[in-house]
Amino acid sequence: MAWQGEIRRIDDYRWEIPQDYKSGMKVPGLVYADSAMLDKIREEQSLEQVANVAFLPGIVGRSLAMPDIHWGYGFPIGGVAAMRVSDGVVSPGGVGYDINCGVRLLRTNLGEDEVRPKIQELINHLFNNVPSGLGSEGKIRIGQKEMDEVLASGAEWAVKKGYGTRQDLEVTEEQGCMKMADPGRVSERAKKRGMPQLGSLGSGNHFLEVQAVRRIYDRTAAAAMGITREGQVLMLIHTGSRGLGHQVCDDYLRIMGAAVRKYEIALPDRQLACAPVQSEEGRDYLAAMACAANYAWANRLCIAHWVRESFTNIFGKSVDEIGLEQVYDVAHNIAKIEEHSVDGKTLRLCVHRKGATRAFPAGRRGVPDRYSSIGQPVLIPGDMGRCSFIAVGTEKALQETFGSTCHGAGRLQSRGAARRGMRGSDVAHELAAKGIYVRTDDLESLAEEASYAYKDVAGVVGIAQGAGISRKIAMTEPLGVIKG
Amino acid sequence: MGKAFDVMDHTADIGIVAYGNDLVTLFSNAAAGMLSLISKSGGHVYDVTRTISLEAEDNETLLIEWLNELLYIIYTEKLVLHGFDIVIDEGRLTAECAGQKLKQGGLVITREIKAATYHDLEITYKEGIYSAKIIFDI
Repeated sequence: MAWQGEIRRIDDYRWEIPQDYKSGMKVPGLVYADSAMLDKIREEQSLEQVANVAFLPGIVGRSLAMPDIHWGYGFPIGGVAAMRVSDGVVSPGGVGYDINCGVRLLRTNLGEDEVRPKIQELINHLFNNVPSGLGSEGKIRIGQKEMDEVLASGAEWAVKKGYGTRQDLEVTEEQGCMKMADPGRVSERAKKRGMPQLGSLGSGNHFLEVQAVRRIYDRTAAAAMGITREGQVLMLIHTGSRGLGHQVCDDYLRIMGAAVRKYEIALPDRQLACAPVQSEEGRDYLAAMACAANYAWANRLCIAHWVRESFTNIFGKSVDEIGLEQVYDVAHNIAKIEEHSVDGKTLRLCVHRKGATRAFPAGRRGVPDRYSSIGQPVLIPGDMGRCSFIAVGTEKALQETFGSTCHGAGRLQSRGAARRGMRGSDVAHELAAKGIYVRTDDLESLAEEASYAYKDVAGVVGIAQGAGISRKIAMTEPLGVIKG
Repeated sequence: MGKAFDVMDHTADIGIVAYGNDLVTLFSNAAAGMLSLISKSGGHVYDVTRTISLEAEDNETLLIEWLNELLYIIYTEKLVLHGFDIVIDEGRLTAECAGQKLKQGGLVITREIKAATYHDLEITYKEGIYSAKIIFDI
C-alpha cells in the first residue's frame, strides 16, 4: 500500500512532512531524497514512521530520514532523531536490535593484480578463519568475568588480548569504547546469549568483502586514509553485537513499555517505547546499550585480527608489509549523548541513529586527529554486486542532521520478494560472471541480499552529496564476498 | 479447523499473521508460524521438555514474550520447542513444551531471527477468530 500522506518539496534533495500532518507531531519530518527516490520511498510506510518519530518527547529540529530510508519497525531504518537530554526521551527502537551494527574498513598496499589471481584462495581462507553464518559462535571462549570486561571496555579488551593495536582504537568511533557502559545493567540472559558469539560475523546482511578501489574523488582526503590509487585492495567488515545486542534491546523494550505508562507518554506505535533520558529506565538503557556497543567494537576488532591472519597466510607477507591498517570503524545503529547547536543555542542531545552514520566535519571534537583536516570517514557499503563508498562528514551535516548521513543502499524488496526473483545459486553464478567470488553457508538466502533487492547505493550517496550532508572520497567494487 | 498462520512480506524483515479460535490456539499457531520461518525438517520429535512461565500486563506483550522466550531457548540451548500445552489466565502463561535439539533428526535453522517485535502489533477478535500480525527483525 502506497503512502498517501502530505509531503512538500523544499529543494531537489529535501522534502518536508509538515508538523500538522498528524496531530501529536512535535516537529516536522525532513526526508533526503530526489523525486525518483521519493517515489520509491512512498511505495511503503516508512514516511509514516518518520511522522511517528516526531511524536517523541523532547525531539528537536526535525525527525530526519536519510536517502536510504526504508520501512523498519517503530523507527524507519535510515532515521535520525535528537532529543533534549534535559526533558527528552531515549528509545531502544531508535537504535534497533543490532546495537552498534557497523562497518570497519582496512586498507592494504596490495593491488587488484596481486589479489585477483588468489581471490578464491583468500575468500576460502577467510571463510574458514572467521566464524560466520546462522547462529555462528566465535572461536573465543570467555567466562562471565571476562564478558563483563568486554562490555565495559570494548575494543580495548581486544587490544589487551592481542587482537588489535592502539592505532586501531584511534581510528574507531568512540575509540571503540563508550565510557557510560555498565555491565550491571545488562541482564544475565543477554550475557548468556552473547558470550559464545564473541568473534563471529552472524548472518543476514552481515558480510566480509574484499574490494578494489575504482574511483578516487578527492586524492588529498583519500591519501589521509591511506588510499592512494585505483586498483588498491581494501577489506570491509560489516557486523554488530550479535545476540547480546538483540537481547538488550528486547529486555529494555519491555522495561520501556512499563515506563511509557509510568511517565504517561502518548505514542502512535508500541515499538517506539521510550523513557526520559534522565530517568532510571533511560539511564539504565543507555548504560546497557553502551555495553552492547562495546561488545560490537570488540567483535569487529577480533574479526579484523583474523582477516589480517588470512592475508598474511595467503600472501606470505607480514601485516606491516601488506600495510593492513584500519581506516575507520563506524557504528550505524546507536544513540549518543552529543552537544549540538540548535537555533543558536548549544544543547545536550540524545542523538538516535538507526541505520544512519555519524558524519562529523573536519575539526569537530570526536574526529580522530589523523582526520582532523578532512572530516570523519563515513563508510557506506552497497549491495554485494555493485559498489561501496568512502565519504567524509561535512559542516552542513552538523547544521542539518546532527552530523549524520546515510549508512548503505537501503532495501528495495522484501526478503520474500527477493527470493522469488532468483535462486541463491543463480545469484552466485551471476556474481561470478562479474568476477565476484562469493562464499556462504546459506546459499538459499543469498538471493535475499541480491543487487535487485537493494537501492543503488550510488544514487543514495549522490543524494547525500547533493544535499551536502556527506562528501564522496572514493568508490570501490567487490572482488570477493563472504555473506554471513 | 481454519488455517494456522500466513507468512507476509515486510521490506526489511518478515512477518506472520497467526490465527486461533481461542488465545491458546493463537499462541500455539504464532509459535508454529515463527518456527516455519526459521527451521526445517523438525516437528516430529518431542524428547526434551521444558516448562515456560511468563507474566505480562496484556496479551500482546505476553505473545511477544512467548515468542522471544522460544527464540532465547533456541539460541542458548540449541533446543527447538514445537509441541505445546498452553494455559493462559489473566496475563499469566504457563506452557508445558516439548521439542528436540538442533541437528537431531535433520532439524536445522535456516534463518536467524533477532526478535519478535511490537511493531504494529494488535490481537484482534472478529467473528469468533483471534488474529495477530507479528513482524520479526531478522
